[in-house]
Amino acid sequence: MSAAPDRFPDSAVGVIAAPEMPDILPEFTPRAGVIGFLRRNPRIAVGGTILLLLLFCAVFAGYLGTVDPAAIAPSRRARPPSSEHWFGTDMIGRDLYSRVVYGTRVSLFVGFAVALVASGIGLAIGLVAGFLKWVDGPVMRVMDGLMSIPPILLAVALMALTRGSVGNVVIAIAIADVPRVCRLVRSSVLSLRELPFIEGAVTAGSSTPRVILRHVLPNTLAPLTVQATYICASAMITEAILSFIGAGSPPDVPSWGNIMAEGRMLWQVKPFIIAFPAVSLSITVLAVNLLGDGLRDLLDPRSATKA
Amino acid sequence: MSIPILELNDVRKRYPVGSRLPGRQRRFVHAVDGVSFGIARGETLSLVGESGCGKSTVGRTILRLTDVTSGQVVLNGMRIDGLSPRGLRPYRRSVQIVFQDPFSSLNPRMRVRDILAEPIRNFGLATSAADLEAQLVDLITKVGLRGEALDRRPHEFSGGQRQRIGIAKALATRPDLIICDEAVSALDVSVKSQIVNLLADLQREMGLSLLFISHDLAIVEYLTHRVAVMYLGKIMEIGSRRQIFGAPKHPYTKALLSAVPVPDPEAERSRIVLEGDIPSPIAPPRGCRFHTRCPLAFTRCREEEPVLAVQAEGHEVACHLTEAGN
Repeated sequence: MSAAPDRFPDSAVGVIAAPEMPDILPEFTPRAGVIGFLRRNPRIAVGGTILLLLLFCAVFAGYLGTVDPAAIAPSRRARPPSSEHWFGTDMIGRDLYSRVVYGTRVSLFVGFAVALVASGIGLAIGLVAGFLKWVDGPVMRVMDGLMSIPPILLAVALMALTRGSVGNVVIAIAIADVPRVCRLVRSSVLSLRELPFIEGAVTAGSSTPRVILRHVLPNTLAPLTVQATYICASAMITEAILSFIGAGSPPDVPSWGNIMAEGRMLWQVKPFIIAFPAVSLSITVLAVNLLGDGLRDLLDPRSATKA
Repeated sequence: MSIPILELNDVRKRYPVGSRLPGRQRRFVHAVDGVSFGIARGETLSLVGESGCGKSTVGRTILRLTDVTSGQVVLNGMRIDGLSPRGLRPYRRSVQIVFQDPFSSLNPRMRVRDILAEPIRNFGLATSAADLEAQLVDLITKVGLRGEALDRRPHEFSGGQRQRIGIAKALATRPDLIICDEAVSALDVSVKSQIVNLLADLQREMGLSLLFISHDLAIVEYLTHRVAVMYLGKIMEIGSRRQIFGAPKHPYTKALLSAVPVPDPEAERSRIVLEGDIPSPIAPPRGCRFHTRCPLAFTRCREEEPVLAVQAEGHEVACHLTEAGN
């Protein structure tokens, strides 16, 4: 209190002036624009940036100092990383750097395509099942049946039925993911359809398709987007697993799973062959999951975990 | 009374409960068990009663959000209880609803403009884009909001403001009847009175009929023309505001009215405290439904169900006592 009288020289004796409050709270001015948005959502910023870089690698794989990823050079087998071969070469002398960069294409394509296909199909089925009671029972029992099969086994079985191609990999993984999306969408539809604004739309004269498309669908998209990013991440891993066990992308398409499978025999002496695709896969999946967490915090603030 | 906007004739609604196994007898919740009343143009009828007495279900059957089990719902002289969803759509224009919860009754992803335009477009009520815009502005100003509100989303408004938007949406189709299902129950007292006054003003201005579903007797008394008291899916007493609030005949009505707080700490009050809970609507009591809690029940009440009998012009009571007493 000793400082108080100095600040209030004219104050009457006996009046104790409250010490001036320091500005504890800095003025809160949320920054506008993209920069501000990314600052407030660091996970989206980090995950998104890494993904954009990877996307860049995938699209411009041919212009990033790569050589033909399929070109073999028997005289330069299993060389360690050098200035000539940044990631070294594999057991038949193919340039690992080029193969890993081209492998980005497969991983990203499979991840995004599975997320799109599985969410699209799951969304359609889930909307109908949630809204029409007579469809609900039969459809959801089929979905339960599908879910009871471990996704990787289901994918392996489906791949065994078809020829190994990236497109078939996408379909095989997506089929295993559809039931999960379907359940999510159906459950949000079930809770949404009881809300007054849905009934309000009915009394306002909207037809059932219109109610579903205008009122139900937009309100299921937030959780679905989050789910889709997780599907994307898990699809990338599943693709790598399938390729690793030889049930995925055909051997002539360089994919991270393939590369790891081929480096498997040498991993105790030449661990880098397996390490580079493995690290790439980890970083990619991490980026997608970060993006997913960021989106969840943004779209569903109730479950947000504040860092 | 001129031709009523709405007439319910012996409307019943029951919901199946419990096991669907064959051999087991299915049981039913009798949510609405033979309700009849009419609403005239420009009139407010209030439906009052405890939670779970079926008053909201009555509202929902009128809107055909629930199908009736039996009975007739006649809207502007047209039976709507048997219409297919498609055939019903044109008739939806004339009845609209204002919901209780202002937070879940507006689609959070739509702008107010689209929320209000939806019913207008659905029923083809606007002749041009300019006409639509004019109607939207007219609606939003009618409920006491400004034109800028149109370009905002529901989360930017307070509860009271949202309820105004809900009312604007109900008005958008130019309905004859608006059902207010506990429309002010979720609001603060001060906001509540604003909304009630808004409803009363709009009714006078536009000649609307209101079905006001509420358990708030003070507001009902302020706003209504007629009152119907429901208990366990049945109407116990129906009459004008003066008849119900001034000279209630049914013991249940009397008990309800005695529970209304009086804003005078000195006032002598004789509360009729009802014992026990509402019996289960799955197995309503034999005889008069109210006899298990009625302080005046006698033998006949346990055996014979009283029917609504006219006491005075427009005043009907379902009680053996009033039959005998008069």
